[in-house]
Amino acid sequence: MSRMRDTLIEPKGSGRGGFIPFITAGDPDLATTELLLVELAAAGADIIELGVPFSDPVADGEVIQRASERALRKGVTLGDTLKCISNVKKHIDLPIVLFSYLNPLLKFGRERLADEAERVGIDAVLITDLTVEEAGPWVRAFHDRAIDMIFLVAPTTSDERLTHITQQASGFIYAVSRAGVTGAQNEMPADAESLVRRVRAVSDLPVAVGFGISTPEQVRQVWRFADGAVIGSALVSQIEKLSSSPHLVARVGEFARSLVARNGTL
Amino acid sequence: MQKPPITKSEPDETGHWSQFGGRYVPETLVAPLDELTNEFLRAREDPNFWGELNQLLRDYCGRPTPLFHARRLTADAGGAQIHLKREDLLHTGAHKINNAVGQALLARRMGKRRVIAETGAGQHGVATATVCALFGLRCIIYMGAEDVRRQALNVFRMRLLGAEVITVNSGTRILKDAINEALRDWVTNVYDTYYLLGSALGPHPYPLMVREFQSVIGREAREEILSATGKLPRALIACVGGGSNAIGLFHPFIADEGVRLIGVEAAGRGDSLGQHAARFHTETGSGGGQVGVLQGTMSYVLQDANGQIATSHSISAGLDYSAVGPEHAFLHDSERAEYARASDAEALEGFQLCAKLEGIIPALETSHAILPAIRVARELSQHDSIIVNLSGRGDKDVQLIADLQSK
Repeated sequence: MSRMRDTLIEPKGSGRGGFIPFITAGDPDLATTELLLVELAAAGADIIELGVPFSDPVADGEVIQRASERALRKGVTLGDTLKCISNVKKHIDLPIVLFSYLNPLLKFGRERLADEAERVGIDAVLITDLTVEEAGPWVRAFHDRAIDMIFLVAPTTSDERLTHITQQASGFIYAVSRAGVTGAQNEMPADAESLVRRVRAVSDLPVAVGFGISTPEQVRQVWRFADGAVIGSALVSQIEKLSSSPHLVARVGEFARSLVARNGTL
Repeated sequence: MQKPPITKSEPDETGHWSQFGGRYVPETLVAPLDELTNEFLRAREDPNFWGELNQLLRDYCGRPTPLFHARRLTADAGGAQIHLKREDLLHTGAHKINNAVGQALLARRMGKRRVIAETGAGQHGVATATVCALFGLRCIIYMGAEDVRRQALNVFRMRLLGAEVITVNSGTRILKDAINEALRDWVTNVYDTYYLLGSALGPHPYPLMVREFQSVIGREAREEILSATGKLPRALIACVGGGSNAIGLFHPFIADEGVRLIGVEAAGRGDSLGQHAARFHTETGSGGGQVGVLQGTMSYVLQDANGQIATSHSISAGLDYSAVGPEHAFLHDSERAEYARASDAEALEGFQLCAKLEGIIPALETSHAILPAIRVARELSQHDSIIVNLSGRGDKDVQLIADLQSK
């Protein structure tokens, strides 16, 4: 049984669901990324998504695009990202999802990546631009090493396709809250809840919702109907604002705690 | 090892030419791509669709375009007879309108009122703005800031036609970045928006669909050369950015084994990565492309050792792209087509030759095909013929050339 899955379905009490922060590896630098991962774990993260920077992130809004650019200016690679995870895994025992566009992984090599992912202790992989139709060899390579393959589903995904995707997926299902790129928005669209309902109709996997979640209120709203909330741009935006501050790690930790605080206030 | 000759080039149901092509997109775009594929396949079988398209191509765009026997270029080359397929004579001045009209008809069938497109040299943007004006559709064009600068005339043309031109400042600020922004727009406005992609690239069904709309070039050229010379040409030559004008000319000749298909990539200003757009220049150390995935499709992609997409360079905005259409990758690997290169300087020389010897000012993109065509002609006898796709006219480049000459 997948550890990722168990983490999300175990009861957390007081209406709390899973908290899944996303940050980009190497933003603002690799040493800080390691500290941030440890801090996010301390702040209550249940799973962490670590993004591999990419030159052409078509699914991302401006905030995460800029994070990729900052990391790439420092020359951060997939190899660095793996090393970062390997280092951090010595300090925290938390499931980590490697989050990437396909081309850097393709260039690294599928089997080589699967071997390395197993070695450094990656729990799951999510490839943003790998549709389920093209994913077969990747699913096999990771499953052979007991690594979960997370897939995105969107409000535009048909029920027939949801069935197909959930059969290939393991760990959890990542439900995209709305049609669009990543980035904060004011309201949680009604699309998200109905999408989660549709996933539950065809799969027992836990469901996390992401894209556009930026406030404690939105997190709580998502927890009412889903097993976890993914917070990316809102955190990355804090990292960007604080990038020259000596208190970056502590402040981002505070922000993360505020998102999941019981009383829901900042 | 000798490979068996290719007699056809058709993708499988999910848009793959062997390993190339396919659909590598965020999940949100799969449903609209399926919807588009289904509508395209229905339209392709619908005589009314072709009836309306052919009428527009004739009465609005000016098809068929002539095949012109370029006698002075032929004399200069001293070999095979050079024929120019005059796509530059089309309405809006390039082959791009063939595809834009076809897809605009699809957008209308699908009830989409908002059309978005990317553009490099601006020719596809102008073609899209034109058909949107014709059909009363809202039009938004994404164009990299660098291309806005070097193709200012086309920016003005698009605005005159009622389009909104959005300058893209992300990434390297050229065609690739304009496509990224168009994809981000589409993923956000997926329910009411039609993405009118301009080249034979991107996720399935675009490479197939754009090729089908551009194949009119090759079908006409085949008839025209047979009627003019009584036999097939020995070679076809066309510039390749994404590759729509080339695949449009090549495709109807795929089964004609004796006809060499020669694409010309932009060799830019040097051999190292970042200095050219020669995706098929794959010799070790050449900085050429490797198989990868960019913007929805698997093909040859200029990239670094870590799989980050590399920048490209070409004097012509329309060839300045890091990947190439997947069918070209297939034709390359199956050895049915060959891919030559022309540098910025050779393109400028081709531009001048065509202007001075034939009185035709070609687009800088098209100009890349001229010197390679002369080299091919020289290897053949005067009883042979070759066809060069004169894919666009060069009015848009005159200012840039003038600036270069005054330096």
